[in-house]
Order: sequence, then C-alpha cells, then structure tokens
Amino acid sequence: MQILMIPEIGHYALVIAMLMAAVQGVLPLAGAATRRPLWMAYARPMAAGQLLFVAIAYACLTASYMLDDFSVTNVANNSNSMLPWYYKLSAVWGNHEGSVLLWSLLLAAWGYFASRFSRELPRDMVARVLGVLGLVGTGFLAFVLVTSNPFERLLPNVPGDGADLNPLLQDIGLIMHPPMLYMGYVGFSVVFAFAIAALLGGRLDAAWARWARPWTNLAWAFLTVGIALGSWWAYYELGWGGWWFWDPVENASLLPWLTGTALMHSLAVTEKRGAFKSWTLLLAIFTFSLSLLGTFLVRSGVLTSVHAFANDPSRGQFILMLLGITVGLSLLVFALRAPRVGHKVGFTWLSRDALLLINNILLVIMTITVLMGTVYPLLLDALDLGKISVGPPYFNALFVPLTLLLALFMGLGQVARWKQTPVSLLVSRLWLAAVGAVVLGAALPLLFAERWSPAVAIGLIAALWIVLPMLRDLFEKARNASSVGAGLKKLSLAYWGMQLGHLGVAVTIVGVAVVSNYSIEQNVRMAPGDSVEVAGYTFTMNELSSRQGANFLADRANISVQHGDSSRSFAMNPEKRLYLATRMPMSQVALRPGFLRDLYVAMGEDLGDGSWALRVQYKPFVRWLWLGGLLMAFGGVLAVADKRYRRLATARDPEARAAPAPGREASA
Amino acid sequence: MALMRLSRLLTTALVLLLVAGLAQAAAIEVREFDDPVLEERYRDLTASLRCPTCQNQAINDSDAPVSGDMRDRVYRLLMDGRADIEIRNHMVERFGDYVLYNPRLEGRTYLLWGLPAVLGLLGLVLVGLLVRARRNASNRELSAEERARLDALINRERTE
Amino acid sequence: MNRRLILLLPLAGFLALAVFLYQGLSLNPFHRESALMAREFPAFDLATLKEPERRVDRDLLTTGELTLVNVWGEWCPECKREMPQLLDLAERHDIRLVGISWKDTREKALGFLEEFGDPFEVNIFDPDNELAFELGVYGAPETFLVDGDGVIRYHHTGYIAPGDVTETILPEVEQWR
Repeated sequence: MQILMIPEIGHYALVIAMLMAAVQGVLPLAGAATRRPLWMAYARPMAAGQLLFVAIAYACLTASYMLDDFSVTNVANNSNSMLPWYYKLSAVWGNHEGSVLLWSLLLAAWGYFASRFSRELPRDMVARVLGVLGLVGTGFLAFVLVTSNPFERLLPNVPGDGADLNPLLQDIGLIMHPPMLYMGYVGFSVVFAFAIAALLGGRLDAAWARWARPWTNLAWAFLTVGIALGSWWAYYELGWGGWWFWDPVENASLLPWLTGTALMHSLAVTEKRGAFKSWTLLLAIFTFSLSLLGTFLVRSGVLTSVHAFANDPSRGQFILMLLGITVGLSLLVFALRAPRVGHKVGFTWLSRDALLLINNILLVIMTITVLMGTVYPLLLDALDLGKISVGPPYFNALFVPLTLLLALFMGLGQVARWKQTPVSLLVSRLWLAAVGAVVLGAALPLLFAERWSPAVAIGLIAALWIVLPMLRDLFEKARNASSVGAGLKKLSLAYWGMQLGHLGVAVTIVGVAVVSNYSIEQNVRMAPGDSVEVAGYTFTMNELSSRQGANFLADRANISVQHGDSSRSFAMNPEKRLYLATRMPMSQVALRPGFLRDLYVAMGEDLGDGSWALRVQYKPFVRWLWLGGLLMAFGGVLAVADKRYRRLATARDPEARAAPAPGREASA
Repeated sequence: MALMRLSRLLTTALVLLLVAGLAQAAAIEVREFDDPVLEERYRDLTASLRCPTCQNQAINDSDAPVSGDMRDRVYRLLMDGRADIEIRNHMVERFGDYVLYNPRLEGRTYLLWGLPAVLGLLGLVLVGLLVRARRNASNRELSAEERARLDALINRERTE
Repeated sequence: MNRRLILLLPLAGFLALAVFLYQGLSLNPFHRESALMAREFPAFDLATLKEPERRVDRDLLTTGELTLVNVWGEWCPECKREMPQLLDLAERHDIRLVGISWKDTREKALGFLEEFGDPFEVNIFDPDNELAFELGVYGAPETFLVDGDGVIRYHHTGYIAPGDVTETILPEVEQWR
C-alpha cells in the first residue's frame, strides 16, 4: 500500500486556504471601514489564493480516490478498487466530508468570479463583498478542518480495499445533482455579500440592484437545475415513479429556491423603480440563510429524512454555530442599517409594482409554510408535545392553491405596466386569453384522456393563463414594429429570459397536473407468456433469466410492449439485483421515456410459482416536470446574457477602477 | 455564441434526462380488488401512512416488515368495509400520531394549520395598506434622478 | 424608532428558530413513546409456545403482579444479546417475565430458548403478528412494563443493554410495583 504524501499536502493547502480566507474576511472590511486602500486591496489576491489552495486540496482528495489510497479514511469508507473511474471521481462528493469540501471549493470559486467580474464596482464595495465572502469561507473551511477533515488517515492498519460507494449513488443523476445544487446554494452567497456590503456601506441604489441581479439569476438557475436533477434521480432511483416527496432534504432545497425567486422579482422592482429596497436586502439575506439552514438540516440529523448524511452531534453544533453567527449578525446589521426611509414610489393596484409585491408575498407565504411544515415535528418534540409527522398531504393541500394563485398573477403581470395600468388596457389585452385558457384548459383533458379530471383542467387553465397572455404580448410587440422579425429582434435577452422562465413554470404545472392525475399504476403477477394491458399498451413477458454483473447477480425479465394494435413492439428489461459486497437488493427499473408519457416497469418479488410481482406504470407528461425546470433555468441564464449586464462585465482594464469616486460614502 | 452554447447545454441535459437507472427494493404486492374505488382508497391510505421504522417513507413505499403488516391490515380493514378515518384511527391507536402524514387538527397543530391562513390574511392586509399608501405617494418620475446616477456610473467606465 | 423595532422582527424570528434547532440537536428523532402508554394491554387469545393446546388471554396480565412483556424472535440478533439481562431481571430481581414469541416457528423459538435460556414464566406464541400488531410493535426486541391491573406503564424499544437494567428498567419497576 502506497503511503503518499498527497493527503497531507491537501490538508496543508486547506489550512492555508482558511488563513487566506480569514485575511480576505478581515482586512478588506476593516479597510473599507477605515478607508485604507491598501487593506482593501488584499481582497482580490486573497480571493484568488483561497480558490487556488482549496482547489489544490480538492485535487489531492480526488487523487487519493483515483489512486485507491485506502489509508485515507474517507476513501476507504466510500470507494473500492473495482469502482469505475467516473464513480471514483463522483464518490469524492458522495459523502459528508467530501461534499463539504466541494461546498467550500464552489464558494471560493464564486468568490473568485465575483472578484473578477467586479471591475466596474467602487473599490469599497468590492472590498466589502469579498470581505463578507471571505468570512463565510473561513467559517466553512474551519468546519471542514475541525469536524469533517477528509484527509484523516487510517494508519497503521490500512485496509486492503474500500467499503465501496453506496450502489444508490453509483449513478449519473448523483454525479451531477450535488454539484448543481451546491452551485445554487453557494451562489446565493454572492448576492448575500452584496446585500451586507450595501448595508455596511449604506449604498443601495439602482446600480447596486443591477450588479446583484446577474449573480442572483445564475445562482437561481443552478439551484433550479439541481432541484430538477434531484427530482429526476428520485423518480427512477428511489421513488418508484414518485418525483417529489416533501422530504425535509427536498424542502431544504426548495426554501432558498422560493425566496430566491422572490428575490429576482424584487430586485427587478428595486432596479427599475428604486422601491422595496429593505425588502430586497432582507430577501437576499434570507435566501442565503435558508441555503445554510438546508445544510444544517441535512447534516445534523435533527430531522429524519431518506437522504440525510450519517450524522455526528459535533457537526450539527458547529453548523448551527456558523448559521447563528452568519444569519444572526447579518439580520442584526439589517436591523441597524436598513434604509430608514423607503423610497416612496407611487403605484396603484393595477401596476406591475403591485403585482410583483403580491408575487413576493405569495412566495414568502409558501416559504414559511414549507419551513413550518418541515420543522414543526421538531418544534413539538422540543416542547415535549409528542411526535407527529408532516408529509405530502399537508404540503400539497397548501402549496397547490398558492401556486395557482401565483399563476393567476403571472398572467396579469404580462400586461401590467409599472406604476399603473388602465383597466381598459388590461381587459382588452387579456379577455381573449382568459376565455381561451378556460375553454382550452377545460377541453384538452377530454382529448387525451378517457376521464375528465377537474384537477387537470385547473392545472391546464393555470398554465394556459400564463402562456396565452405571453403570446399576446409577443404579438403586440411584433405588430408594433416595422416587421415581425424586427419587432422580435428588438426585444432584449432579459425579456426572452423572463418569458422563458415563465413558460417553464407553465410547463412544470402541466406536468404536475397531468402526471398526478392521469398516471396509471398496476401491480401484476406475471409468468413467462402472460400479458397485461396498461393504458393501451400490452406488456408481454417473454422470458425470465438470470445474469451475473460486475458486482451483482440479477434476475431479469424480458418484456415486449406493444401500443394498441400496432405491429411494432419494443423490449423492456427490468432487473432485480443483489449487490454482492453490500448484500443490498436493488431493482433496476426499465424505463421507456417519451415526451408525452413514460412507461415504467419494476420487478418486485419472486412469487414462487415461476411468476414474479411486477409494477407497471404509465406516467403521462412526467418529463414536462423537469423540462419546465430546465426552461426556467435557461431563462434565468439568458437574462444574464443581456446587453446591459454584459457591458458591465466585459470591462477590460483592471486598473481603470483604481480611483474610487469621491464622496460615495457620503451619498448614502 | 453564448446562446448556442446554452442551447447545446440544454439539449445535452435533455438527453441525459432520458437515461434509466436503479431503484431501491420496495415492496410490490399483487392485491385483488373487485372495486376500483376500494383500490384507489387503498392507494391513498397506504401513501399517507408513514412507516414507523423507516427514515421517511410511506408504507406503500417501503419494504420494512412492519410496513407490509400495516398494508395487510389496511387491506383487511378495507375489505371489512371500514371508513378511511376508522382505518387511520386504527393505526394511530397502535403506532401513534407519528404514522399520519396528514397531521390531525388539534391543540398542538393549530399553529401548523392556522399559520398559512393567518399569513394569507396578513399578506392581504399588507398589500392593501402598501398600495393605499403608495397610491397617494408622489407620482413624480422618481427613477429619473436615480437613472441619471446610474447612467453616470455606467458611462464612467467608458469615459475614464 | 418604531420602524427599527419592526426591522428587528426577522432577527427575533431567527433566534427563536435557532433555539429550537439547538434543542433539536439533543433529541433523538427515532425515540418515540408507545401509543399504548398508560392504556390497557390489548385483548388477545393465543396459544402458548410450549403447550400448543393451552390458550391464554388478557387475564394473564391482570393477576395483580407487575409483569415485563418482552417481544422476541429467533431471527433477531439483538434478542440474543439481551437474554442475559432478561435472565438477570427474572432471577436476581424476581420480576415476572412474559414473552411474546413473534413471527417464529414453534421449533425455532423453542430452540432459541434452549440455547439462550428461558427467563419467561410463559411465552405467548404469535407467529402471525396478531398481538404484536395490537401493541404497535415495529421491530424486535421491544419490552413493555405492565402493572398488576394490566395497564402499560413503560415501553422500551430495542435492545436492553446491561446499563439500561439499572438505569431505567429497575427504577420503572420500583415505581409501578
């Protein structure tokens, strides 16, 4: 067994990174407070250095995995020499220690990029933003070093081979899901830092909002993709066709997403109208705080969840301390420094301002509802009032109506203008869309399903009510230009981004409504030669066989599927596997994905008489769930590519910003 | 161009969304129902009762032995013609409130169920107050002054 | 000033949540009190393990004597580990023990008693999970303390470690005797 120095190098690199983060956290903030340019100038080099050394540490851990260095506890517990190289790569973040290291790496990376793309910002602003990021980074690196060191060694009794990665995690979905999710969580640290910097510097204007918007959109887009990937992974890996379980860990990712969505909209008002300033700051603080809270819930073991990491009380305490300091201090700064007098911008009921306000309030109610439902069992337990569970029935009962309400205002928002909108305009632009949404939404379920479902009709009406006014708006914009092409071309990327994001919401609503109400699931007993019909598809079991995989034994069913009277058929091959190392039985589901429906066959138990229990499912429109998520994320990114941000971001000369405009502090 | 790169990314992601994988072993049982309504009720009940030993799974979703026992009992009670509420209470009497995913409305859950309603009302009042206040606020183009400052900031980059 | 107070609200809300989260750290989410606590031991009518013809019912537990009812199975490794503690409770502390032989075959269950000792006055044979389900048992071993009137007074989930005997079982027994 090779005893390489690599883990020690990684460990030292981590220590250096933490020290650099601490310097980045202290000096620039102090410099900004006392106006010392030299101190402030530490921010950028330290951000770069922090990233470099965390990256070295991360590379070292990855190297230990690739080299099968089982003298490293973390590698011995989570890898195996037989594991394919790409799973070794992803096994690095398939455990608590490695995933916190990834968290820190991504945090350092966001900090670095914030330092790179902030040339046009005043120097004190940069110093404060990076300072706050440095403090957060220090906290997390200390967390890694003190409680979750991935470089600990198993010496001198080095195991011959590793315990292997949990088979559930040996999967493409799990390779991509955590990095995306963390990119989102961590990304919100940038807008958080912007908010704290604004509070400290007393500078909060349209320019501030314009700087903060792209960062918010990017983080939000990553989080959206992360959540969608998680749902998709659960669908085929955990869920038996379920795609959202309202598990505490899922809720933990939804919470910052909801406030992040509110933040994007509130930033729009702050930029365009100079209103809602304190509110925007508060949302920025909340969004990152909820990301941290999610981390706490997942890693402390206070809630029972299917996804929770193996826990250790000292870790819970440390994260809670981090959470307390970060959130407590920032809320204190908020309470002391939030703008005393709001900008009194006038608007009426029928204005974009008012609709965005309603959007924010709805999203915040959703957030509090989900948060309450998630921690309520814990609250009761702490008060010694017994153990209860809060699950899907509760969340669905509250979340669905709130979402529909949100959709109602999204439709109105397409037409509404800032400040005020004439009622006549609203009516003339929307009546057709309203009629169309109701008629089409009510009629469409009849076209593709045997049974009319009111829930699906309502879902479709909501989705159409989002999409039809959007089309109407595009039509209006194209009509007023010299040609359709010219009219559409003139629209900004930010506009397209917004529309795409809203379209994504509509697509997801359709997916949720249809798959929740028109799915068909049948548990059947099948022996070779038997067939069963589900939703117009005939499933025939041809034969049962067994095979030996690399590290498992499997029973395999060969099933051919025919649609209606069509002569063409396709094969589906579900397997029931037994993983030899862990003795874990796993079911390899057979999926036949499609734009309009998925077919899903899973093998259950051997019923003894040559037949097996099988679960056959027909899942209409299930892909729309995730397609909608991708569209939303794409929209968010598209808006970042808008000209007005690019102009800010591509400033070339790094020294151009050397002299800060005098009197900026005084203008606050 | 960024746009093309993005759309390529989107396509790749979509393709990746079409791959199949593994699932944890869960119980698949074949049960006979004469009445589709009963079957539907069975599905709803087993989806809203929580497995007492698992991390966080409904009994229809878990292969823990106790989940199987509970499903058997739900099935038997349904066949006996019991109402949903009776079946839920039957489980609560034996396993406690913990097994209900839909908590009952009682003293200790008033806050849980009431909070969203209270928040909704508060929100309504808040919107009402804000809009009333803002309607009377000066309607001058407030952003003009800020816009000037913003433009100055952006332009400075180019003029400098 | 008033507005500043409003601005402090988020902080206050967060601090309240943090207190609960802190308390949550010391709670065990898996520890749950039995739903049958302070309620009557459920009615049953089952055969005994050793004498298949002999049937026992609730009267077994309303004799005025305090009883520890232990749910066990031959297939359960923790049950084997706790046998010495149960023997100790029966022999040294003179506590009446009744077993529920759960989800076993008679043959295996008897073999288990032969190998690991038999602290039980009688074993209720429950192969089909009839009584254990009524008790809300979700895993063996589980132990119920039943007072002389047949009311459940204490419930222990899982393995009874040697330390549990002196720390929880004996004090509970003293309290309800």
